[in-house]
Amino acid sequence: MQWNSVGEFFAMGGYAFYVWGSFGACAVLMVAEPLLAKRRLSEVRQSLIRERLADELDLQQRTQ
Amino acid sequence: MRQSIIQWFRFASPQSFYPLAGRLIPWFWGAAAAFGIAGLWISFFVAPTDAQQGEGYRIIFVHVPASWMSMFIYLVMAFWAGLGLALNTRVSGMMAQALAPTGALMAALSLWTGALWGKPMWGAWWVWDARLTSELILFFLYLGFMALQAAIDDPRRADKAGAILALVGVVNIPIIYFSVKWWNTLHQGSTINLNKAPSMAQTMLWGMLMMALCFWMYSIAVALLRVRAIILERERHTEWVKHAVE
Repeated sequence: MQWNSVGEFFAMGGYAFYVWGSFGACAVLMVAEPLLAKRRLSEVRQSLIRERLADELDLQQRTQ
Repeated sequence: MRQSIIQWFRFASPQSFYPLAGRLIPWFWGAAAAFGIAGLWISFFVAPTDAQQGEGYRIIFVHVPASWMSMFIYLVMAFWAGLGLALNTRVSGMMAQALAPTGALMAALSLWTGALWGKPMWGAWWVWDARLTSELILFFLYLGFMALQAAIDDPRRADKAGAILALVGVVNIPIIYFSVKWWNTLHQGSTINLNKAPSMAQTMLWGMLMMALCFWMYSIAVALLRVRAIILERERHTEWVKHAVE
């Protein structure tokens, strides 16, 4: 391992802004994208569940 | 033989692909995490300091995987779009649509990390060089594909229009790939060649391959997640969807 201290690791030999800016952007986007996709899936699921409940209520009222 | 072909075609229907995708997703997340941990460990703690670029070269461990995936996802997207156009299978168009945002993300990351690498090494965030310009065009192709599909209400027609755009855009992929050979560019040549030994330290190569596998598994997982949402959105008026959601 080439790092003598934690500070040296974060300094990246003077390239801290460039190295961490690259890895950081990847981390942020690659966390955000799955969360957005997950939300899209749960939104359509929720609306389908609501739709089915509405259908069932409708059916109950009509049979009464 | 015939039986196994029928088995495969079964997954071309959204009804059987939806649960299959759901079962596969956790495995791809697991693989992405495992390759990611190994890749990051090699990137920061095993790979030595570069003789010319110091620690700044470590950007390669995200720049190259993001660039590879941006090109590869485009080919896969165009393949699905073409298959949908030829065979009129429903899942194909949905797959193409699910892949586009992930491809755009990879192209954006490739450009972003490239700029952050270019500034300290070349002294410029951006140059209008063949490699960089063709990658920017790839990013716009993804955005164009997504905008075109979003602009057409009928999903089947949107698939067809998108497929034609995606297939025409494929010509850009070899241009990006060979740009460093065909033109005199500022961008360095390819790091890995099929017909000669890689021009880099073994550990650097391993780090890059681990990170590339991580990005690959990530892309599959997120695309499968998105295709599940798209299947439910498009098939919401069918009987099976009503029973698929509990």
